[in-house]
Amino acid sequence: MLLDSKIPEGRLEDKWRNYQLKAQLINPANKKKLRVIVVGAGLAGAGAAATLAELGYRVDCFCYQDSARRAHSVAAQGGVNAAKNYQHDGDSVYRMFYDTLKGGDFRSREANTYRLAELSAPLIDHFVQQGVPFAREYGGTLENRSFGGVQVQRTFYARGQTGQQLLLAAYSQLYKMIAAGKVTMHTRSEMMDLVLVDGKAKGIIVRDLVSGELKRFAADAVVLATGGYSRVFRLSTLAIGCNGSAIWKAHKKGACFAAPSFTQIHPTALPQSSEAQSKLTLMSESLRNDGRIWVPKTKGDQRTPGEIPEEERDYYLERRYPSFGNLAPRDIASRAAKERIDAGYGVGRLKNAVYLDFKDAIARFGLEVIKDRYGNLFNMYQKITGINAYKTPMLISPAAHFSMGGLWVDYELMTTIPGLYAVGECNFSDHGANRLGANSLLQASVDGYFILPNTINNYLAGAMQGSPDTNHPAFEEAEREVRNHVDRVLGIQGSKTVDHFHRELGRVMWQECAMSRNKKGLEKAIDQIEKIREEFWRDVSVTGGDKEMNTELEKALRLADFIELGILMCTDALQREESCGAHFREEYQTDDGEAFRKDEEYSYVSAWEYQKGDFVLHKEQLKFEFVQPTVRSYK
Amino acid sequence: MQVTFKIWRQNGPKDKGKFESYPVDDLTDDMSFLEALDHLNERLVVAGKQVIAFEYDCREGICGQCGIFINGRAHGPHDHMTTCQLHMRSFKDGDTIVVEPWRAASFPIIKDLVVDRSAFDRIIEKGAYISSQTGTAPEANAILIPKSVADKAMDAAACIGCGACVATCKNSSAALFTAAKINHLNRLPQGKAEQHTRVKEMTWQMNLEGFGSCTFTGACEVECPEGISISNIAELNARLLKSKISGS
Ligand SMILES: Cc1cc2nc3c(=O)[nH]c(=O)nc-3n(C[C@H](O)[C@H](O)[C@H](O)COP(=O)(O)OP(=O)(O)OC[C@H]3O[C@@H](n4cnc5c(N)ncnc54)[C@H](O)[C@@H]3O)c2cc1C
Ligand code: FES
Repeated sequence: MLLDSKIPEGRLEDKWRNYQLKAQLINPANKKKLRVIVVGAGLAGAGAAATLAELGYRVDCFCYQDSARRAHSVAAQGGVNAAKNYQHDGDSVYRMFYDTLKGGDFRSREANTYRLAELSAPLIDHFVQQGVPFAREYGGTLENRSFGGVQVQRTFYARGQTGQQLLLAAYSQLYKMIAAGKVTMHTRSEMMDLVLVDGKAKGIIVRDLVSGELKRFAADAVVLATGGYSRVFRLSTLAIGCNGSAIWKAHKKGACFAAPSFTQIHPTALPQSSEAQSKLTLMSESLRNDGRIWVPKTKGDQRTPGEIPEEERDYYLERRYPSFGNLAPRDIASRAAKERIDAGYGVGRLKNAVYLDFKDAIARFGLEVIKDRYGNLFNMYQKITGINAYKTPMLISPAAHFSMGGLWVDYELMTTIPGLYAVGECNFSDHGANRLGANSLLQASVDGYFILPNTINNYLAGAMQGSPDTNHPAFEEAEREVRNHVDRVLGIQGSKTVDHFHRELGRVMWQECAMSRNKKGLEKAIDQIEKIREEFWRDVSVTGGDKEMNTELEKALRLADFIELGILMCTDALQREESCGAHFREEYQTDDGEAFRKDEEYSYVSAWEYQKGDFVLHKEQLKFEFVQPTVRSYK
Repeated sequence: MQVTFKIWRQNGPKDKGKFESYPVDDLTDDMSFLEALDHLNERLVVAGKQVIAFEYDCREGICGQCGIFINGRAHGPHDHMTTCQLHMRSFKDGDTIVVEPWRAASFPIIKDLVVDRSAFDRIIEKGAYISSQTGTAPEANAILIPKSVADKAMDAAACIGCGACVATCKNSSAALFTAAKINHLNRLPQGKAEQHTRVKEMTWQMNLEGFGSCTFTGACEVECPEGISISNIAELNARLLKSKISGS
């Protein structure tokens, strides 16, 4: 398979314009005849659906929650980046592009990354216009703060609820188009399969989560915007319903899956406190602007944090990375925490955490300032743990958080299946091997609002012949397969719960395919997951039927896909014999324990093709025309 | 820790529904309330029984999908907290905990603890937006917004749309929800152009959906996870009057 990234010619700063100049256009009368399916109504999906409808396309939009307002974009706390240079601190589109490329350890495309930075400023304009109440200075201008991995202030935020505010703006715009009759919204609807007609994406099969009914939808193009798949680890900062199923079905129908193992482990989540735990709550990275991370210098220190004097504390990030300190990028901060915890310096009841301390910040700025900046995060911490973090340091720990990997897409955001697009977190495009904080709301938004609506026409202009029809045998066949799959799950009637298998999968994935990986462990993990798969299909128990609301069945179907995805993730991590960004192979590290990248051998995007249960690797070589990859140092 | 859950079971919108009791042990203090229900559901599966349907997604208090009436209070015993943030340490060993869905005519029950809150979306559809298209926005700092105004807009915008305000109100009023959204947008300069139609259309839809009227008991503000102030409703009433006078 030839992976054509379709990068336009010209200088970096001209590429997107050159692309738009050459892309085919469709006149408004014809747009009305074209149907687009958008699966997902988070920032990427809602933005795309609303904008496509504004342009005149007929749109069907789907989400599994009861309303588009609940997509997991809602949970993003910290902020969204944009190269506005409002702080006059030397920021620019180029600097943002460079930070992002370097942050991703040079494993993403220059052209995509540049476009992300280029479209960031208009995105802030857009959201302000849509009524997002971003934080402001007293004079009325927009305020900014810093995030990890950069030395300028380019993050825009709305208290600790930035994702919520951006999502609600996108949701409102979407419902405006629903009211206008241009978008048909299907809530409580889960995509079960993709339908191809003559090799092109032409529709989907959906399960109505209230009635259990299977439904067919046809369109001229299909857009997937289904978010991240880090729930493969079970414990993660994602919502319980987040899944990899839609992209996995697409993968099985021929869409290549890129860099599946590139997963971001966030350094500041709440630690796990029991086996029954279902989710790890994130504490925003913005806290690292003012909080200092430390562990005791003595192993197994039993004293309370207040009893440990200054000179007996190890501020290990400040020690190891003096120029970025507590704002070192996420992969580095997480690994450093893991290193201390594994070495026996962890704190908290289960010794699985480190301290995030605001004592100095409170002394410096006063309690009120800290309350104004992070009040809702401190409240949230108290609600969950019952502890007042103004008085005693927070306990934090690394948690699975973001999937850099996803469906392979070209510059137009099209997958390897013609007419199938992937936008937002479910694609692999801009973040390389590690995503910088506050770049992801940005990516989901610009993919949906600005990029896809300007590239999809280039395909649809050639797809004007006859509208697709749900009576086509391909729909018949796909629906039958889905029905068989559902029946098979319900027919097992075994003895173990879905959650049991998910805990098992999560344990293996977290041990072998998270913050650090090695050959032996990954090989063992693949074996173990194969066993989990075998046992799942023999012994899972799902009660209730398929023609009704059945939350156990939903979980089981998602888990069946996660199990297969887990195998691919381990396969990918095993194949890449280097360390880069979040992918840290223990065999490939420098003397001082940093990632050892091997550009000569691995400067490519791994794109995996599904072939009858096997995975075949294709390589998209990364060409660096404008920037020379350097060793990524934050020391 | 051991408790008895007394849970509302209802097989569908037409079913009459009834309470059933489930003693559960093996719970711990630091389990969340929803994790305790997960635990119960796993037991039910192993016993070959149908699980209890209940809603959640983010489990961190922001998506608004969870919502259970617990011991007679929306989202349980604490003020300003979602069901997913509630932990078992708020209960005592041996407690009986009564677990019901939101009860309001405009939120019909779908199954067990799951209700249909799409009425909220239909209120939003009527004007909770600014009618400008993607690609038409001016420079973000072109319109200055004083910090106090942005902060007040944000206070109202924080609503998570869970419906606790409706569930707790003896009139099943959606006034706090509707007011919060209208005030968020109408407080901002960007929202001014459509302010009057927004007020009229959204309140009209709110009434059409069958939500009751507000009699200022203040119950909603206490249960609101975001602590959205009831003064928003007074502000809405003033806006409603203005929009009628404006005649647009
Ligand atoms: C706790 C947390 C905090 C974060 N904080 C930040 C931050 O501060 N800054 C930042 O830039 N990024 C942050 N991120 C990352 C960022 O929020 C996400 O990457 C981004 O919002 C993803 O948007 P999306 O539209 O791609 O997906 P989502 O918002 O997850 O939307 C997915 C949509 O797909 C639908 N869907 C999924 N599967 C199916 C299916 N099978 N069938 C039908 N529909 C389906 C869902 O219903 C939903 O509508 C954070 C992430 C988390 C988890
Ligand atoms: S599950 Fe999202 S608010 Fe409770």
